[in-house]
Amino acid sequence: MTEPLVVLKDVQKHFGDLHVLKDIDLEIGKGEVVVVIGPSGSGKSTLCRAINRLETIESGTITIDGKTLPEEGKELAQLRADVGMVFQSFNLFAHKTILDNVTLGPIKVRKQKKAAAEKRAMELLERVGVAHQAQKFPAQLSGGQQQRVAIARSLAMDPKVMLFDEPTSALDPEMINEVLDVMVGLAKEGMTMIVVTHEMGFARKAANRVVFMADGQIVEENTPEEFFTNAKSDRAKDFLGKILTH
Amino acid sequence: MGEILSNYDVLAAFWGTIKLSLLGTFGALVLGTIVAVLRLSPVRVFQWIGSWYVNTFRNTPLTLLMVFSILGLTFILGLQLNTQDLNSNAFRWAAVMLAVYHGAFICEALRSGVNTVPAGQAEAARAIGLTFGQSMQHVLLPQAFRGSIAPIGSTIIALIKNSTVAAVIGGGEAANLMSTVIENEGSRFSVFLVFAIGFVILTLPLGLFFTSMSRRLAVKR
Repeated sequence: MTEPLVVLKDVQKHFGDLHVLKDIDLEIGKGEVVVVIGPSGSGKSTLCRAINRLETIESGTITIDGKTLPEEGKELAQLRADVGMVFQSFNLFAHKTILDNVTLGPIKVRKQKKAAAEKRAMELLERVGVAHQAQKFPAQLSGGQQQRVAIARSLAMDPKVMLFDEPTSALDPEMINEVLDVMVGLAKEGMTMIVVTHEMGFARKAANRVVFMADGQIVEENTPEEFFTNAKSDRAKDFLGKILTH
Repeated sequence: MGEILSNYDVLAAFWGTIKLSLLGTFGALVLGTIVAVLRLSPVRVFQWIGSWYVNTFRNTPLTLLMVFSILGLTFILGLQLNTQDLNSNAFRWAAVMLAVYHGAFICEALRSGVNTVPAGQAEAARAIGLTFGQSMQHVLLPQAFRGSIAPIGSTIIALIKNSTVAAVIGGGEAANLMSTVIENEGSRFSVFLVFAIGFVILTLPLGLFFTSMSRRLAVKR
């Protein structure tokens, strides 16, 4: 494995009585694409959100590119700027145009000039195939288009790593592929990605490693081929048996 | 009715009302936004200060605040906003008290507006690296304002009508002149009518304006 970019060590978290993250140890290398799968309630979304501290953790450490995740404040904001995040529900800024959605971060956080930020934003929108919608508002776009804009918005910050929290779960079936295609493209270009998803096809096509979580723990880690054809743990076999039979 | 209009400067009095309302509205919007940000901030002490402000000023009668500004602040503590002119001092205190009082209502209207903004908007703002202040300024408050135009509009209309309370300290506006007219002319229906129409002219178009704005600026989700 290449040098680790994201390192989680002995991370613990509870929601009340529920132990949502249990002894999480995970290293993600530069350029690596890690897919996190598991039954709902297994803590995979929480894990993803903990990496940029949208969820706090109780103990353990999370470091990104050698820096420990800071507490609230300016420093945390700076670190988040380097970590792209794509949400299940897109979360585009509803009162801003598509173009303004993409340029807000570069202008306010990276202090880029408006013209430069817009030029780059248009390139990114072109790349995800929604450049002709730049002046529209999010509600005027389809779910798939919105999610591609959300990816462009993250990319505009030139992140070191991108987190995807079930990016296709809220999409109509025919829109899933257009989003996955963009993600596969990113993976091929060497973007470091942590993807929580139920899309096994994406995992097979683009992932270097599959992490299987259940009940707040990492149960199994393996290459996609090995995991899907030859899972070791009973929990993983059971899960795969339920989803791969259709 | 005609003689009232020709014998008294009704227009000047309403101009006083308009000035008082404009100053009060501006102050209330600024104060209300600041207090709303305090109440929404993650820092406990700020939240306490914010809720103390709202609970204090929302629950104190405006008349009391007005009287307090003159009897308490000007006469006892010697805080004058204009040392040369008593009337102007009263007018300025009236504007301040209107702002302070209605700021509490604006704050609550805005806070209810913030609650209409889905949590994901704030998360996305933080995720691209915006600080608390930046995400307030660029993401949350603009949407909150649009979501709370109707209640903010109601508060501003209430403020215009409440400016008449300034008459108790001689704030130089319409209600002040009305009491003078009644003193001189006796209470006649026409006196009431003149001032009532004046307020309707001020508030009715505003109400229509705010309704159409709330529809036009609504954030589509």
